[in-house]
Amino acid sequence: MNFKATLLGAAAAFAMAPAAMAERGADGHVNIIYWQAPSGMNPYLSGGTKELEAASLVIEPLARYNEEGTMVPWLAESVPTVENGGVSEDLTSITWTLKEGLLWSDGTPVTSEDVRFSWQYCTAEGGGCAQGEKYNDVTDVEIIDDRTVTVHFGVSKPFPYGPFVGAQAPIIQAAQFADCLGAKAPECTDANFQPIGTGPFTVTEFRSNDVVSLAANENYRDASKPAFATVTLKGGGSATDAGRAVLATGEFDYAWNLQLAPDVLAEMASAGKGTVVSSFGTLVERIMVNMTDVSADLGERRGTADNAHPFLSDINVRQALSMAIDRDLLVEIGYGTAGRPTCNVLPAPAIYKSTANDACLVQDIAAANALLDEAGWEMGSDGVRAKDGVRLSMLYQTSTNAVRQDFQALIKQWWAEIGVETELRNIDASVFFGGDPASNDTFQKFFADVEMYANNFDGTDPESYMANWECSQAPRPETQWQGNNMPRFCSEEYDALVAEMATTGDLNERARLAKAMNDMLMQEYVIIPLVDRGRVSAHANTLGGVILNTWDSELWNAADWHRVDG
Amino acid sequence: MLNFIIRRSGISVLTLFFISFVIFMLLALAPGDPTASLPLSIPAEVKAQIRESLGLGQNPLVRFVKWFYAFFWVEPMYTIEQLTGLNTYGDQQRIISFQSRSPVMDIVWQRIPQTLWVVGLGYVVGTLIALPIGIISAYRQYSWFDQLGTFISMVGFSVPTFFTGVLLIVIFSVNLGWFPSIYDTTLVVDSWANFVKQAKQMVLPVSVLALYNAAQISRFMRASMLDNLNQDYVRTARAKGLGEKAVVLVHVLRNSMIPVVTVIALGVPQVFGGAIITEQVFKVNGLGQLLITAIQANDIPMVQTLTVIFAVLIILFNLIADVLYGVLDPRIRYD
Amino acid sequence: MTDKTVTEQDIAASASRSQWWDVWGQFRTHRGAMIGAFVFLLIVFGIVLGPWLWSTDATYIDIRAKNARAITSCFSQDWGMIWTCLSDPTSMKAETGLKVYWSHPLGTDQLGRDNLARVIKGGQVSLAVGVTAMLLALFVGTLVGVMAGFFKKLDGILMRLTDLFLALPLLPLLLVMFMLFRDALNSSFGPEMGAFILMVSAIGITSWMPTARIVRGDVLAIKEREFVLAARSIGTTNSKMIMRHVLPNVMSPIMVSATLGIANAIITESALSFLGLGFPPDFPTWGRLLYDSTDFLVSYPERVIYPGLAISLTVLSVNYIGDGLRDALDPRIRGR
Repeated sequence: MNFKATLLGAAAAFAMAPAAMAERGADGHVNIIYWQAPSGMNPYLSGGTKELEAASLVIEPLARYNEEGTMVPWLAESVPTVENGGVSEDLTSITWTLKEGLLWSDGTPVTSEDVRFSWQYCTAEGGGCAQGEKYNDVTDVEIIDDRTVTVHFGVSKPFPYGPFVGAQAPIIQAAQFADCLGAKAPECTDANFQPIGTGPFTVTEFRSNDVVSLAANENYRDASKPAFATVTLKGGGSATDAGRAVLATGEFDYAWNLQLAPDVLAEMASAGKGTVVSSFGTLVERIMVNMTDVSADLGERRGTADNAHPFLSDINVRQALSMAIDRDLLVEIGYGTAGRPTCNVLPAPAIYKSTANDACLVQDIAAANALLDEAGWEMGSDGVRAKDGVRLSMLYQTSTNAVRQDFQALIKQWWAEIGVETELRNIDASVFFGGDPASNDTFQKFFADVEMYANNFDGTDPESYMANWECSQAPRPETQWQGNNMPRFCSEEYDALVAEMATTGDLNERARLAKAMNDMLMQEYVIIPLVDRGRVSAHANTLGGVILNTWDSELWNAADWHRVDG
Repeated sequence: MLNFIIRRSGISVLTLFFISFVIFMLLALAPGDPTASLPLSIPAEVKAQIRESLGLGQNPLVRFVKWFYAFFWVEPMYTIEQLTGLNTYGDQQRIISFQSRSPVMDIVWQRIPQTLWVVGLGYVVGTLIALPIGIISAYRQYSWFDQLGTFISMVGFSVPTFFTGVLLIVIFSVNLGWFPSIYDTTLVVDSWANFVKQAKQMVLPVSVLALYNAAQISRFMRASMLDNLNQDYVRTARAKGLGEKAVVLVHVLRNSMIPVVTVIALGVPQVFGGAIITEQVFKVNGLGQLLITAIQANDIPMVQTLTVIFAVLIILFNLIADVLYGVLDPRIRYD
Repeated sequence: MTDKTVTEQDIAASASRSQWWDVWGQFRTHRGAMIGAFVFLLIVFGIVLGPWLWSTDATYIDIRAKNARAITSCFSQDWGMIWTCLSDPTSMKAETGLKVYWSHPLGTDQLGRDNLARVIKGGQVSLAVGVTAMLLALFVGTLVGVMAGFFKKLDGILMRLTDLFLALPLLPLLLVMFMLFRDALNSSFGPEMGAFILMVSAIGITSWMPTARIVRGDVLAIKEREFVLAARSIGTTNSKMIMRHVLPNVMSPIMVSATLGIANAIITESALSFLGLGFPPDFPTWGRLLYDSTDFLVSYPERVIYPGLAISLTVLSVNYIGDGLRDALDPRIRGR
């Protein structure tokens, strides 16, 4: 297989074929670099972004999101809706129909049995499926005929597009994974590294955490695609190295996720070998404000709702912290064209975007000072405000990342100007984002006054994302410090909105609810949004057909990639 | 001597058991979580299930015993089966990585070739440069050669590899375009053209490592030579009319080798440990990169296995060094 | 060295200090060592007195002045422009796009923090950590090495302990140390001093092993030499033997270890701080400055050059001091 693919590539390179449009494998070889190397090709077993994206070259879902965040049918004929009868009126079932004549890369037909199996695989006991949430509430996947399945939900699902949609929930081949259910999943190394798929490429060699070699899938549904005969997906190094390999030396054709200082990227791009592309999704860099007291003397009850924070429980302080930040400057320093200032924790899709909080876009140190003066926080001789013996002195933590440390330094200075003293701390990402209850440095435990990180949600529906700030989601000892409500924000009104959204099907009504929740969080200043972060990648000028997609895998349309004259 | 080696080997095995236990406890105690690198959009319940499926719910002692059995019994048996075709391994649980969910040892074997090629060659080249530089520098102390050698080796050691690596890439890959900045691990040397390719992609990482290693070893070589050049036996040898070459290269060198042998023996296990930073800079993806990504991903079975392999090598090479002391200076006896 | 008219007091005084006086005398004749010592003292004075001479705050962000070039980049201009550039640097921005200020002679970083102030401030930390951690590692390493080499009974256990420490993976070890001790140290010594103590002990306990192995190897050989036998036959005690006969003879590898150790400690510190296991992120150190600026190598080479130069000069000067000390402490050389 490998040998043949190499031959194909070599032959294609010799033929040169400038006008040979629409012939599979005509454009030879393409090099892709991911500075984090994929460790597996099965997104159900390894749920990291790098694995999802690598796997998306090989295995595909029934429908996925395009670059605008619109759902498009992929292996399915069309996207089922209530209007076209694909989704039942009571929102408890959805019926998908596969395209006609679909083949796996080994030549066997794709059937509804495979679709049903993908659900069974992910929900099997003891498998530790990383995408389990996509199959929440699914009671059965019923096979109607060879090409039709109906997904049944135990509850009414206003948004039934969790199962089999997006790069997170692709269809895998039943025949290949039949013996790999549940606890046996890790034993199937060959299947996990070289899954048989429907995508434009198949794996010829997989080296974990290093490099994946792929070749065009001979049974791909479009006979003229993909244009490339072989693909190398190399991993490792840093974002700087990856950017340099595409933009400055031209060794590689595509580099993923180049989160670099704008000057560095611009300097590399000046070599004229490649193009930087960016696109926006739902990722927001934000500061979480801790509403609870984290002083170590509280012992067990440290960081729980039992004790309010000595000064951050005062809304005036929280508002002043937000007003003192110049978001435009943060964008300029950290992200350039790949970022824009935001005042919302829910910045997209457009229908959910609130405009009620845009006042925060303008930095106003004087007003922040006035607000604190009015609230009784008096400036001390050391430049730090205090009231009743409580000094405005905070610990500000985040994960280790050059841009985040620059942000910390800038924000510390602005806060100093309004009389707030800040100690900075950075924590290694593997500890900070880990859920180890034994460590005091995780972002869930949040034993600091404010913390900064970025978060987003899969796909386009914000229901579960907005439910993060329910009272019950607050991390606390009873939940082994798990949960997503880092500020420990708690409001009955908010919880009611979350409950309402879970039962509302109408899109406009859902948008109203989501906006209301967003506005409530923003006006309480428990979350201080900073930057709406786009995705930045780069491709060589000789690589055509790249459409950057932040709603799905970046490699979603690799079948359309081709060579152009750079 | 044989007696000594046998006795030490016995002690070494016990040491190894103890070291693996300490490492395991250290890893169990260290904060961190294998699900930390997953996207935040994956809910906590799912992450808890993943941790459960990785066996993290079990008592650390149980996990240690399982790992211990797999490492010291199942894996060797598996290797024997692969090599001989005998059915020694059966179908027992091998050590499975948390990240890739595949056997750890398979990935380790995959990484050894590029590690030995790049890091090993870097070490060999470094040593080969260092020894003559150290000897000449000491023999002609404070000559221009010595001053230059001192200067270069000190700069070579004090400027970290994350900087020299990037500097070389900027000069030779970006501006001159002579060498690739990314190492291709899938390259198979089966023709002259591919051999040239392989040589080209090894030039930069090997030079970075050689400079760093040479700096260190040449300093020890020089210092040790200087110590011995002033000894009485050197005067005696010269007085007896021995040639200068014989005096320096036979008598002085042999007596000066003890610290150098120690340093080299300490360095060889590090070759297998990979050069974490250099591998990252040039994307060599050898054992060093494997270890650091495993640590970052809290892949405990991988980290444990790699560090215990290094421990085996450390113990082995320190034993070799001890034996060599006796060869170099017969007065050193261990019984 | 002795005067012609010596009183008894002088004789007594010179006898008690003669050995160290000799050492100093020998050291003085070593040109490299004297230059090294001079440069090292210059660096120390620079970073200690620097904050008084150059009062700009190392963490103050002057965002309008971000990415300014060093004043030396004036010399890259046309001949005619150099003088204009040096006398009125702010005018250069409009004419040639070159951003230079006399208020930031070494330029500024991507946030507009003054590079000179950062190199000075960074030096305080790097040098303190480098020297202290090196001394700690050297002390532990020499102690273990001498004990293991000299006393056969201790050899086995001490060397197996060395093997253990060599085998321990550094990063998890540090993570555990930080988890266990950081909060306690921070509350008793404050965040900066706490970080300093942790950092020094972390680097110290993870880098003494090579010194120990090297010293032990040498001690094993020296122990069998004739002069040790001679000393023993006249009844020299073990402690005297180690101090007077063994230690002076293993000085040279120890000196080399010291030189290499200081470079190693400065670099390790930067790696640890980068991972968040050290000083707060806005706290500059030489290693940090070098690491953070590597991305800007092409556009702003001066950001890399100055911290890199500072580290190299420190290591070089310590190396020459070490050379001189070694020669000075060696009675065979001193006698000549």
